[in-house]
Amino acid sequence: MFNVKELKKSILVSLWFMFLTFPIMVIKVNTIYGKVEWRWYRMALVGVGSFFLSFVWRALLRRKEMGLKKAEEGQEVKVPLTRKLISDKRFNRPALVVVCLFALLFPLVFSLYQVNIMTTALIYVVVGLGLNIVVGLAGLLDLGYVAFYAVGAYSYALLNYHFGLGFWTVLPIGAGLAMLFGILLGFPVLRLRGDYLAIVTLGFGEIIRIILENWNEFSFGPSGIANIPRPGFFGIQMNLHQVHIYIYYLMIGMTVFTIFVVRRLQDSRIGRAWMALREDEVACQAMGIDKTKTKLSAFALGATWAGMGGVVFAAKTTFINPASFTIWESIIILCIVVLGGMGSIVGVICGALVLILLPEYLRAFSEYRMLMFGAALIIMMVFRPGGIISDVRKVYHFEGLKEESKDL
Amino acid sequence: MSPALEVSNLTMDFGGLRALDSIDLTVNHGEIVALIGPNGAGKTTFFNCITGIYNPTAGDMRLVSPEGKAVRINGLKPNQVTENGMARTFQNIRLFQNMTVLENVMIGRHCRLRAGIPGAVFRPPRVRKEESRLIEDSYRMLQKVGLEKYVNEFAKNLPYGAQRRLEIARAMATEPFILLLDEPAAGMNTQETKELDELILRIRNEEGICILLIEHDMKLVMSLSDRIYVVDYGRKIAEGTPGQIKNDPAVIKAYLGEDIDA
Repeated sequence: MFNVKELKKSILVSLWFMFLTFPIMVIKVNTIYGKVEWRWYRMALVGVGSFFLSFVWRALLRRKEMGLKKAEEGQEVKVPLTRKLISDKRFNRPALVVVCLFALLFPLVFSLYQVNIMTTALIYVVVGLGLNIVVGLAGLLDLGYVAFYAVGAYSYALLNYHFGLGFWTVLPIGAGLAMLFGILLGFPVLRLRGDYLAIVTLGFGEIIRIILENWNEFSFGPSGIANIPRPGFFGIQMNLHQVHIYIYYLMIGMTVFTIFVVRRLQDSRIGRAWMALREDEVACQAMGIDKTKTKLSAFALGATWAGMGGVVFAAKTTFINPASFTIWESIIILCIVVLGGMGSIVGVICGALVLILLPEYLRAFSEYRMLMFGAALIIMMVFRPGGIISDVRKVYHFEGLKEESKDL
Repeated sequence: MSPALEVSNLTMDFGGLRALDSIDLTVNHGEIVALIGPNGAGKTTFFNCITGIYNPTAGDMRLVSPEGKAVRINGLKPNQVTENGMARTFQNIRLFQNMTVLENVMIGRHCRLRAGIPGAVFRPPRVRKEESRLIEDSYRMLQKVGLEKYVNEFAKNLPYGAQRRLEIARAMATEPFILLLDEPAAGMNTQETKELDELILRIRNEEGICILLIEHDMKLVMSLSDRIYVVDYGRKIAEGTPGQIKNDPAVIKAYLGEDIDA
């Protein structure tokens, strides 16, 4: 670890950083007195800081490479704790019980503020799991995902405003409309992949936002729609506190439903077709998979979850305007999927909780939020390209079958 | 001997370049046919045309199933060609790297199954049965090619020869009656080639699947094939049994160049 070569490298890095940051960190021109201040101690700080950072960085990189090498040589690799928690039955049952209990008791223990934040995070979990179908499973990079979220939110707001439809009526309608838009977007991008697909979806997202912003007669423009009713519960009157807790439980239910559906899709004929499409488009077609159907179904299903999330979002905040549906939202949702672990359900849930909850609890550092966000992404991609919890494929056992086939 | 694949007058132009020039080729049921030729002769282009990846400029292609059902496959999409009973492997291995070996084979059966999105979500008994049969059949397929010990490995972690065999297993899972192999022995050592030779023979003899293969390994080609087609610069220059091809002057010229002294 502590050999001279590594120390030398770190010293070089710190010298380079001192040189780079010299003009902004050290020199300060005081224009009032016409004097130049030289703050040399800052240079020392930069030097020491970058020295340690680079040293630790490279030590971690070496550790990672060692791990890879071990895996290649077929040595027994230590199973990480997170993996153990998910795949080992002895651990995952109790873990699941703990998580469920925590989720159910959450509103009883914590304040309304906490419950509200958690509800928001859960909306992102649902929407993230939807995008996970498109990006994580089918490998279609969608940068305009928030458009479907907007479709859901606006369908609730407008249908309620014009026709007085309630939350539970609009939930399937919003989901259906979003699915329709998903297919609508799917058709022109069938032939595209990779970067081109990303650009077109980005454009699509912007189109939806700009329409909402400028078509005043339809969407009330930038001023948005206010006084959207919260979801009802068999006509029972609830005070504000109760409504929020109700929405929380509603979101818990929806999250469980989403997890259930996505899990089943993942290990099905359709889910495997999506993954094959992600892995190799040509081979996937040559194996008899209809590319058109598969792509469209991925877009449509992904959009459906976004639409449902949008309906809940509108009902929860009671006010929506186009500013809630900028490209930035799409990026956040994409980050949830990538950072959490593409294709992995637990990963996406963790990603959503980390990316939505942390900024809330770190309000004190809100100025540095973007900085930390960027740093976290870079570190993740270098050290764990698979995400916080990467996808684990289903393991099949054939002990019984082996004997059976011998008989044949 | 009834034909399984009939190709007549197949022509493919890329802009001004004629990659294939009116090629006729027939593969009969129960046959192993080889397509050989120097690099860049148009062999893989031929495969891509008949599997629907390229749309040929001219020509006629027909698939005839063992039951006698004939389908014209011009202009069909690759997945439709596969559905009609012709499966292929690729020259540069194109497995689904981040899926397990078993899943790769399961994908092959995709077009023979019907479970849709509602089926996947609600899992009625019909879908459950389909799924468990699929898993068993896929495992048997892996046993046939000798890959059962890798069932739950990622495809990318397999040794090279095993990856080649997995490609064959995946293609076989689509339940074809004709199998196209694009350089199956490329990059294999002698031992692996010998095993491949046995595997191909077994596929033909036990499964009754006819095979069209592109290959550079002449020893393998000569020992396996019933008939051989030779192409050069997009034209067919010879066809016949291995014995005939070995002594064909046009073939020798294409492979070794013209004898200047003669």
